[in-house]
Parts: sequence; C-alpha cells; structure tokens
Amino acid sequence: MVTRTGPQHPEPDKPGHAPAPAGPAGTDHSPAAPISIHDVTVAYDRRPVLWDVDLDVPEGRLVGLIGPNGAGKSTLLKAILGLVPTISGRVSIYGRPLAGQRKLLGYVPQRESVDWDFPVTVRDVVEMGLYGHVGWFRRLGRAHVRRAREALERVSISDLADRQISRLSGGQQQRVFLARALAQHARIYLMDEPFAGVDSATEKSIVGLLHELRNTGRTVVCVHHDLQTVAAYFDYVILLNMRVVTHGPTEEVFTEENLRKTYGGQLTLLSSAATALAQRR
Amino acid sequence: MIEWSVIDTWIIVVGVLSAVGCALPGAYLLLRRQSMMGDAISHSVLPGIAGAYLIVGNREPLTLLAGAIVIGILTTVLIRLVKHGGQVEGGAAMGVVFTALFALGLVMIRRAADHVDLDPDCVLYGAIELTFLDTVPLLGMDVPRAALLTGGMLLANLVFLTLFHKELKLSSFDPGLSDALGYSSRLLHHVLMVVIAATMVASFEAVGSILVIAMLIVPPACAYLLCDRLVPMLLLSAAFAAASAVLGHLSAITVPTLFGQEDTSTAGMMALMAGVLFTAVFLGSPKAGVVARSWHRLQLGARLLSEEILGLLYRRSEAGEAAAPLMFSREEARRAGQSRLALWLARQRLRRKGFAHFTPGGMLLTERGLHEARRLVRAHRLWETWLVEEMNLRPDHVHGPARRLESITGESIEEQLARETAGRTRDPHDRTIPPSSDV
Amino acid sequence: MWEEAWRVFTLGDYNTRVVMAGTGLLGLAAGVVGVFLVLRKRALLSDAVSHATLPGVVLAFWVSIALGMTGRSLPVLLSGAAVTGLLGMGAIVALRRYSPIKDDAALAIVLSVFFGAGIALFGMVQNVEGVHAAGLTDFIYGKTASMLLSDTLAIGAVALGVCGITVALFKEFRLLCFDEAFAAVQGWPVLRLDLLLMGLIVLVTVIGLQAVGLILVVALLIIPPVTARLWTHRLGTMTMLSGLFGMLGAGTGSLVSALFERMPSGALIVLSASGFFFLSLMFGTEGGVVPRLWRRARLRRRIRRQHLLRRVWEMREQTGRRHFHARGLVERHGWLPAIAALELRAARRAGIVRRINDTEWELTPLGEREAARAVRNHRLWELYLITHADVAPSHVDSDADRIEHVLDPEMIRELEELLARERETVPPPSPHRLDAPPDGGGNGR
Repeated sequence: MVTRTGPQHPEPDKPGHAPAPAGPAGTDHSPAAPISIHDVTVAYDRRPVLWDVDLDVPEGRLVGLIGPNGAGKSTLLKAILGLVPTISGRVSIYGRPLAGQRKLLGYVPQRESVDWDFPVTVRDVVEMGLYGHVGWFRRLGRAHVRRAREALERVSISDLADRQISRLSGGQQQRVFLARALAQHARIYLMDEPFAGVDSATEKSIVGLLHELRNTGRTVVCVHHDLQTVAAYFDYVILLNMRVVTHGPTEEVFTEENLRKTYGGQLTLLSSAATALAQRR
Repeated sequence: MIEWSVIDTWIIVVGVLSAVGCALPGAYLLLRRQSMMGDAISHSVLPGIAGAYLIVGNREPLTLLAGAIVIGILTTVLIRLVKHGGQVEGGAAMGVVFTALFALGLVMIRRAADHVDLDPDCVLYGAIELTFLDTVPLLGMDVPRAALLTGGMLLANLVFLTLFHKELKLSSFDPGLSDALGYSSRLLHHVLMVVIAATMVASFEAVGSILVIAMLIVPPACAYLLCDRLVPMLLLSAAFAAASAVLGHLSAITVPTLFGQEDTSTAGMMALMAGVLFTAVFLGSPKAGVVARSWHRLQLGARLLSEEILGLLYRRSEAGEAAAPLMFSREEARRAGQSRLALWLARQRLRRKGFAHFTPGGMLLTERGLHEARRLVRAHRLWETWLVEEMNLRPDHVHGPARRLESITGESIEEQLARETAGRTRDPHDRTIPPSSDV
Repeated sequence: MWEEAWRVFTLGDYNTRVVMAGTGLLGLAAGVVGVFLVLRKRALLSDAVSHATLPGVVLAFWVSIALGMTGRSLPVLLSGAAVTGLLGMGAIVALRRYSPIKDDAALAIVLSVFFGAGIALFGMVQNVEGVHAAGLTDFIYGKTASMLLSDTLAIGAVALGVCGITVALFKEFRLLCFDEAFAAVQGWPVLRLDLLLMGLIVLVTVIGLQAVGLILVVALLIIPPVTARLWTHRLGTMTMLSGLFGMLGAGTGSLVSALFERMPSGALIVLSASGFFFLSLMFGTEGGVVPRLWRRARLRRRIRRQHLLRRVWEMREQTGRRHFHARGLVERHGWLPAIAALELRAARRAGIVRRINDTEWELTPLGEREAARAVRNHRLWELYLITHADVAPSHVDSDADRIEHVLDPEMIRELEELLARERETVPPPSPHRLDAPPDGGGNGR
C-alpha cells in the first residue's frame, strides 16, 4: 500500500487523531472502505452540484452528512446509489463497483419522494425492500416474509402491517421506510433526512435504532438538518458544500464550542466549522 | 324493440375482452401518474399502424405488433428527448410529440388509403359493429378475428402483469428504490409503454384508438376511488371495464331508439358508460365519494351543533334561567359555521335522544338532557383546565381545542382528566366545573 | 401540377388568400396565448378541452336541425363547442378539487369520456334521414378548404381580440404564471385572471376547430411556445417568437393543404409547425440539443483535463520529481487504467504532456502553466467554499477559466491571504495545503 500522505481517515480507536483536513485532493482510498467516492462530479447541464467529491466513509460509523441547502447532500447519496449520472469519477462499495454490490446498500429516501396514496399496505412496502434479493420474476419466499415481519417489529409498527399507507402519520411513514431498509439486512444504510417531519418520540426511537445498527457493525450515513442534535446523534460528520468541506469524528470536527458559536454568534454552521479548522492548525 | 342477435353477443364479447385487456395495464398508468402517456401513445399509434400497412401491406397481428413495439418505443424516446433535450415540461413534451406523430399518421393513412383498405375513421373510433364480418373458424364456430386478437391481447397482458407484478409495483411506487435495487425503472417504463401500445393496436379495431384511453384510465380510476390495495384494484378495474363494455353496447342499441334512431357507435357509448360509472362512483363511493363525504360532514356538523345547544342550555340553568326556553336561530347556526340543514338535523337529534323538550317559545332541557349537558360541560371545562395547566396554553386559546376534545371524551378519559387536574372545581375562566354525574 | 403549385404559392388564388389570412391569424393568437398555457404547465389541459368540444358541436348541429336551420352555421356550432369545452374544463377542476384522482388522470377521464359521448351522438346524427352530417368530420380533422370569407373574418376577429387581451394583460399573466401566490398576496384577482386565461384558451381552441380539427388544435397552442422557448429565455421575446412560429406554421400548412386537397389540413399545419419545432430542438440557442451536447461534452472534457493536471501537479509536489508514472494515477488516485490512458493521450495531443519513455511522462511548459492555473483555481474555490459556505454555492463555477472571472478581486485577495496565513502557522502536512500556485505563471518549484 502506498504511504499515507494525504488526508487520512481517523480510526475509531484512535481519538485525538487529526481529523481529515478540508478537501479531497490526494485522498488515498482504502480498499476496504464501505464507500469510496473517487473524484465524483455531478452536474445538471452546466452547473456542478457535486464537484470533485473524494472521500472514504469509514466502516461501522454513524455518519451525519451536513451542509447548507443546495449543497448536494441528497445528490451525493443518489450518486453513491448510482441514481444520478456522474460527469466524472466513480464510486466503489467495499472496493468493488456498485453493480455487484447493490444488496449491501439500504436506502431510505425522503418521504416526499413517493406517492402515499398508492394502494399498498405497510407490509407491501416493507417487502419491497427485499425485492433486490430475489431477482426478476421471482416471488418472495417465506424467509423473506418473515424478515419483513421482523423489520416491522423492530420499528414497532407490526400492528399497522395491513394498513394502507396514506393512513399513517408522518412518523409512522418514516418507520415504514426504515423497516423497508432494515429488511434488506444491508451493511451500509443511506438515509435522506430520516428525521424530517417526525414527532420527537419517533425521532428518539429512530436514533436508538441507528445506534443499534452502528453497534452491530453497520455503516449508516444520514443526511441531517438539525445542527443541535448532530453531536448527540452522530459519531462521524461529513460537512458538504458542493464538495467535502471537512470530515472526521464528531467530537473533533463538530465540537460543542463550535456549535455554540454557530448559534450564538449568528455564524452559519460551515463558517464556524472553518474557524474550527483554522484553530486546529 | 331490440332484436338480439349473435352479432350483438360477439360485439359484447369483443368489447369486454378489449376493455378488460386495456384496463389492467391502464391501472399502472394511472398509479404512475402517466395517464396522459396513454393519450399520447393512442394518438401516435396511428402512424405505427399506417407504417405497418404501407411497409408490409397487410394487417396480420404480427405486422401490427411490430408496428406497436416500434411506436411505443419511439413515442417514449421522443418524449424523453423533447423533455430533457428541450427542457420542456412533461405535458408540453407529450403534446408536441403526439400531435406531430398523429398528424404524420393522418397523412400516411391518406396516402395508404389508395393501396390498402384502411379508413382513418375506423382506426380512430373503431368498427366493433363490423367485427363479425371477418371471422375465422375455430372449434367449429365462426369466431370474429377481432375476438381472437383481443382475447390474445388480454391473455398476454395477464401473463405480463403476473410476471412483472413485483417489478411494476415497486417501480410505480418508488422508482428510486427500484433503480437502487437493480430494477431499472426506465426499462420498466419502456416495457409498460410497449405493452400499452400493443394493447392499443390490438383493440383499435374494436374501440378505436382514441376511445382506448377511456378503457385504459376510467375503469381503473373507478377502482382507485374504491380500493386501497393493488390487487383488488386491478380486479375491480377489470370488472368496471367489463361493465362499461356491456352497458355500452346495450345503450348503443337502446338509447337511440328513444330519439327515433336505430343505433349508434358502441365504442362511443362504452366510453360514455365508463364515464357514467365513474361519475356514480365519484359521487357515491362510501369511502371517498362526494355524497358520502358531505353526508359525513353534515352529520358531524349536526352533532357539534346539538352539543353547542346543550352547552348553552346548561349555562342558562347555571344562571338560574332554566325555565326560559332557548331559541336557536339559523343566524346563530350560521355563525357556528353550520348550515340550515345541519341545524335541522341537530334539532332532530336532540328530540330523538330526548335531550330537549320543544315548546313554541324554544327549547327546554329535559332531565336526560341536563345529564348529558353536564357531562359535556364538565368535559369541556376539565379540558380547558388541563390545557392551561399542563400544556401552558393561554386561557383565551383553549376554547376551540376543548370544544373538539369534549365530543370524543369517554368515561375513562374523563376519569384520567379529573385525576390529572387534581380535583379542581373552577376552570381557567373561573366557572364551576360540574361534578361527575354519578356523584 | 406545377402551374397550380405556382399559383398557390404566389397566392394567386383568392380562396388561398382568404384561408391563409384566417389560419395565419389563428396561429398568431394560439402562439401568443399558448405561451401562458405552457408556462402554467397546463399544456394538456387544452387537449382535454378540445376533445370535449365534440359533443357540443354535434349537439349544436342536432339542435339547429331540429329548429329547422341548415345545421352548418359556424357560429352556432362553435358556441356548442365552447359550451361543452367549458363543461369539460369544469369537470377537470371538480375532479381535482373533490377527488383523490390526480391531475393527469382527470384530464384523461374528461378527454376520453367527452369524446366518447361526442362519437355516440355523432353516430345518432348520422342516421337522421335527409341530413348530411358529413361536414361535421371537418371539425375532427380540420378542413381549410371549407372556410368561407365570413368564417375567415370571424376567426380573424376573435384571434385579434385574443391577442389584444393577452398583450393588454401581459404583465398580469406573467405574474400569474411565475408566482401565483405572490400575485395573490399583492392583491391581484388571481382566480379571475386564471379563468380569463382559460377562457381565452377555450376561445382559441374553438376557432381552431375548423382549420386544424379538434384532435390536433392543441398542437397550435403547445408547439409554437415550446419552439420559441428554445431560442430565448425572455418572456416578451418568447411571446413574440411564439406568435411568429404559430403564424408561420399555420400559414405554411394551409398553403400546402391548398395544394393537396385530399390531405387533412390540420395534419399539414401541425406537421409544418412541428418541422419548425424539431429544427429548433436540434439547433435552438437556448437549450437546443446540439449546442447543449456540445457544451456538456466540453464540460466533461475540461473537468477530466483539470483532474489530470491537478493530479500530475500533486504527484510532483509529493515526489519532487518532474517525471511521473501513468501508473501513479491509477494506483494513487483510483483512476481506471483505460481512462488514465485515454486522458494522457488526449493531453499529449493537446501538447500538455509529453512522453519521456515507456512509463514516464512530464508536463510541457504549456502544461506547466495550465496545471498551475488549474491548481490555483481549484484551491481558491475550495477555500471559498469552506470560508463562505453560508453562501449557497450557486455561483461557484468550476468551469470558469479563472476564478477572477467569477469572484471579485477583493474576495480573491482575501482568499489568497488566508491560504498564505495557513501556511505560516503550520507547516503543510499535505501538498493540499500548499498555497495556490501564483496566478498563471509557470512556477518551477
């Protein structure tokens, strides 16, 4: 392996390791990283949305993907999933191209991305997560059905299994999406604002679930908006603003002090993060 | 008088087969919010058929199928090209493509009309009445070719929908997840469009390419209003389609006789009957129908109004004016946001339940009414107290919520409320909270 | 044949002149109003409405026969058309409001059911004895040849009226299409404006029935605006262009249909309008496919080239050697070998790199300058995104030749100072922290 000279990804067992510096240039990609993003640029027509994003997401972390509106957070998730065409660069999952690795990825899209009037039940939606495991034309087996049921139990909505999805509250809808991703038994979970529009009880239980996933070695990446909860929820943070501004363990990149500054001094999140960077140097 | 003949039977058979065959894939168009793609393809089928005739010179099913596949893909690809290439909104892109293709088809058909037996009117409105003229022997019967064609199409669609049930469900509900799991939603879109185009080509002889849209969308729309599961919706769509076809032919041969005419286009009547069925469901569906919803709203209004009246009467008796009858005018009902009809229903409710006694001067509380009113007022004031103390709402903001909550307050909730407000006897507006009735 | 064509094209024929004037004005009005229809994203609403006119035409025909008239009076038939057209529009609005049915399905339902009703009525009228109903099919496919002078005058007058109203209310319609909520807050009667706009659409649809036919009249409302959109971003210009394209399309079409009498004139009008459209789709300056593909390919080339330059620069900063291995791009930066080879070949052709031996390459002096500029731009932008992240990154333009073209000099000075300061406080742990190469110069560190 080549010597590590560029930004490095701090290991979880080495607190105090210098967080990765700003910018992607020169990242040495570890072949074992759950998600390696190599110089990915995504542009709609002329204007880039993501520009040279280059980073490895470390394994077994609960990662908050944070940035201002229009910073390309959702686009980054979609680029990882191959849902948007990239102008340059590529993504690998555990060192391999996406195509053969789809089963390892669980995706929780934004709630508004689907039609909740669609005539399907909660159980149907959760089972959809398992379609990737059976392939074209094949039906789900009994084991799959059981897995879907377990996923429903894990997010405690078993009693709603036969309900049509429009008759759910926002928090319940989000649980359905989570259950769908859980049923996939993925190793990497990508979630687009899982806390948007849910009640605080649901939010708490979702956080519990995310920690559980992390503790069993899964890698979870969440697009997140609420800065106040970043430090409490995530142990690793990626600050994105069209490109990666910085990334690293939360306690280093995203300190309490920075947060207070962010809110106290009318500073926006990322300029305070930049200050943090400058201070560290 | 109607004379029924074997021809009518065959017309109905062909109509039902093509209608059901259309409605099944049409349900997915409806759910994918691409109903107008059906419209677009139905128009662009014309050059496909004309092209197939011009090139091959016959109208064998395989020729037509080839034309349909080509046109299905061509339309979809062109619309995509115009939409993304020209950055045009989806509807406008469809409009541009299908009108251009339809115009091209009209010109081609006029040119082809010299060489082959092809009538644009027939393509557009179908000639279901003439299907029996073209028969093939099958099992010792003369079966219209169109019946075989539409029957085959229905069978093919059933096979297609069964095979692709999972994939279609997934990509219709959540195309993003579908792509992420490796089921290309664009590929499925194209496949569905080809199936729709093939369906249209198979049924254009029967119902015509324009009226095919009615069979594609209207029966599934009826089912959509009634169902919240996918498979029942598909089955019900098929049932509505069949009903439209049967009713369509029946009315095509009966309705004109009322105006002194012999008969009219069955295809047109099928579309119209589908519309009539849809209107009936739209108005009368127990779940989402307009009638049911307004009735429900009216009932709710009457109930709220009767509770309002009980409250007023109770406050009177609190003030020691229990003997003075209460006139509750329409004007007051209007101010409470309720109609005259709701007021009438509210009075009926009070009378039926024996809560109020009607005198020429107005209403008086009965013993039962007093009991009920006390329960309501107690619940209301308990809620107000609770909302102010526990939820820290301002006293002048709690009347509305309390009003809504009191209606749904049963015994157990009331007990809990009483516990949580720790036996208070005055509400935030310093009025007495009536004691529980059984005390 | 040729003499006839000559006569037609030189407008030698009185009839042709009449028809041309009528359809030209129709195209103008449709183009002008259509702009707002398309911008309000209701293009297909007009399709549903035009199909919904059929039962009206047939009913009006029937009623006038029953009243002892000829049944061929244009105003009577068109009034019938307008009535059911409006009814169809009302049904769509009702479905949208009172049912969970989505917009697209509401359009399809109204379109097909009304059209079916029209066909059924038509089937009855055809059988009425002693009545010649064949003329009604002209309303389905359009037939300019049947236009009389009086028809042309009526159509022209309505068309001019529609244009006049649209131009007079241009500002209001623009507001309505752009931001309905804002217009409402500003106190504009949004609902009434909307109704007026839809009324104008119905009017144009109805007067277009005779020339273009009810299946295709929607094309006159949609195609010209969409064509115009491909040439301009400005609403005023777009409206004028759209009117022009409408006039050209309708005029050309009816000219050709004067030549081929058996062809349905509606189809010819639509074909000529869509001819203009497809030309514009290919070559339109604002969103035509060819210019856009060209721009996109160029963007992709530039981004790849910049990657290469930066990577080469960084490798050199790390190793301190002028030469570099192509393998380095693959091993250190995760490039696919094929892409690395491709890019290097392209760069050699552009005179940016040259080959030293089998495995090693180096930058040419031109390449040095280009790489320095790319790295400088890149690092300044990066810093900008970090320090000014509160600003939405909407005007960040990685494609700009120089950062100076986008950001003002003061900002750049600030960024440069920041870069320099960072270098002073801490020795750079990675080449990434080095200051940006000086502007444009080929620096030989």
